[in-house]
Amino acid sequence: MKISLLHESAVDCSFEKELEEATTKIKHIYNKTRPHKVLYFDNPSYVSGRMSIVSRKEGEGPIGKYFDKIQNDAKYGQKNFELAEINFLQESIWGAIQSANLKISDIDLMLSGDLLNQLTTSNYVARNLGLPFLGVYSACSSMSQALLMGAVMIDGGHANNVVCGVSSHFASAERQFRMPLEYGGQKPPYSQWTVTGAGSTVLSSKDNGGIRIVKGLMGTVVDMGTHDIANMGAAMAPAFLHSLVSFFNETGTNIDDYDLVVSGDLGKLGSDIARTIALEEGIRLGHKYIDCGAIMYNNYQNAYQGGSGCACSATVINGYILPQMLDKKYKKVLYLATGALMSPQSTYQGESIPCISHGVLFEI
Amino acid sequence: MSTQKLALEGKNYALDQQKVRYNAFVDKYSPRTSVRSSLLHSFFVGGITCCVAQILHQALQLALPDTTGDIIATYTIMILVFSAIFMTGLGWYDNLGRWGGAGSFLPITGFANAMAASAMEFKTEGLVFGTSVKMFSIVGPVIVNGVVWSSLLGMGHYLIVGLIG
Repeated sequence: MKISLLHESAVDCSFEKELEEATTKIKHIYNKTRPHKVLYFDNPSYVSGRMSIVSRKEGEGPIGKYFDKIQNDAKYGQKNFELAEINFLQESIWGAIQSANLKISDIDLMLSGDLLNQLTTSNYVARNLGLPFLGVYSACSSMSQALLMGAVMIDGGHANNVVCGVSSHFASAERQFRMPLEYGGQKPPYSQWTVTGAGSTVLSSKDNGGIRIVKGLMGTVVDMGTHDIANMGAAMAPAFLHSLVSFFNETGTNIDDYDLVVSGDLGKLGSDIARTIALEEGIRLGHKYIDCGAIMYNNYQNAYQGGSGCACSATVINGYILPQMLDKKYKKVLYLATGALMSPQSTYQGESIPCISHGVLFEI
Repeated sequence: MSTQKLALEGKNYALDQQKVRYNAFVDKYSPRTSVRSSLLHSFFVGGITCCVAQILHQALQLALPDTTGDIIATYTIMILVFSAIFMTGLGWYDNLGRWGGAGSFLPITGFANAMAASAMEFKTEGLVFGTSVKMFSIVGPVIVNGVVWSSLLGMGHYLIVGLIG
């Protein structure tokens, strides 16, 4: 009698567990089939390695001491800035793979992006490393897009180890999008400074008990008709808010459920605009929100509204935010990088600036 | 017009209004360059450039009393252009330009800086496709407009003064 009772209870227990598993699975399937922006990862990917390199100017900034490496020579011993950027990205990817205790042959996929035409930097690094490679471009939002795509690959079981890396260089970006370096022109006070550096993250399917990516958000292109190429923060703030609000709406959460919301490179002006408009939407961002561009430079460093570029959010996330998550300071961090998807040609032709913001949710 | 028709035409007036409101908000929110300080800075830098040029002119006139004023002016311009290009090469002129604004790019030194900066920047693509092609990327409009407007004015002068007078 006693034995059967025990047996019954055991059956009940397992049934309840099965039911629970089935319900969560149905919930996921439901979430996967309806039109949506948020992706739920059943097999979360774990951050196993990371590396951030910056140049001297970023190293002198408020969070300079947190970066893994500060390269004082912006030319990296090369004969031009494009080659220097390749070295930045390559070293950060190498460092990330090493910090994950992996070999280059363990990596199944490399996702990488930068700001230059035809993703030159990423392509040359992929050539040097000889890894399977998918190029990623969504301007300054490239890092979050790479992380999102890496998490999807791992969730689908197509890869075990994915390395995601992005880079940007002030001199090469300035030459492509703006004026020559030595040209003595004035910048408006609302312009931003492209960060020189590179940041890389290795995502693994193996549970290492560390930070994991559990959700992702595919961004929507938002264009609020801003035309000023120097005022990127104001152009990108609506895209950030659109992604933030749709993430909260689709997951049924609000700002209280997260420890930190990190935006990419809105700068001081852009993040102020985002705070103001978020308040109108009923979201009080307050101290739970930081912007990577706004904390990159000191006021006296002549960087106007702060940093921009792919590397801005990639280095801050890899150098500053993720280590603090490992120290248990933050548990849930929503990372929404923003990118302005214009080209110099489209700007001269009078088009407005379309912007996008992809996001991933880090948990520990 | 019905909303269906508007949608077919691809027009969304609500979104347009939202854009206008957002841009007005951004314009109000964005910091502006202070007019007073930029005027002062550019007056200071431009004034100093012109004073230096005038001093050079007078000194050359004293040193070479036989030469005419036109030649002396050419020498002065040559010295100014050379020093601007030299400062660009050393990486000083962009700091001056950031502080001085119009005071640094309106005189001929600004023109020299724009040309030298482009030439230096695109040196990595080679002497033909880099430096030679991109050298006029900033100063091109100055040359084009200078030629076009001076030709038009010359023609006007010829027609009015030449034919009547």
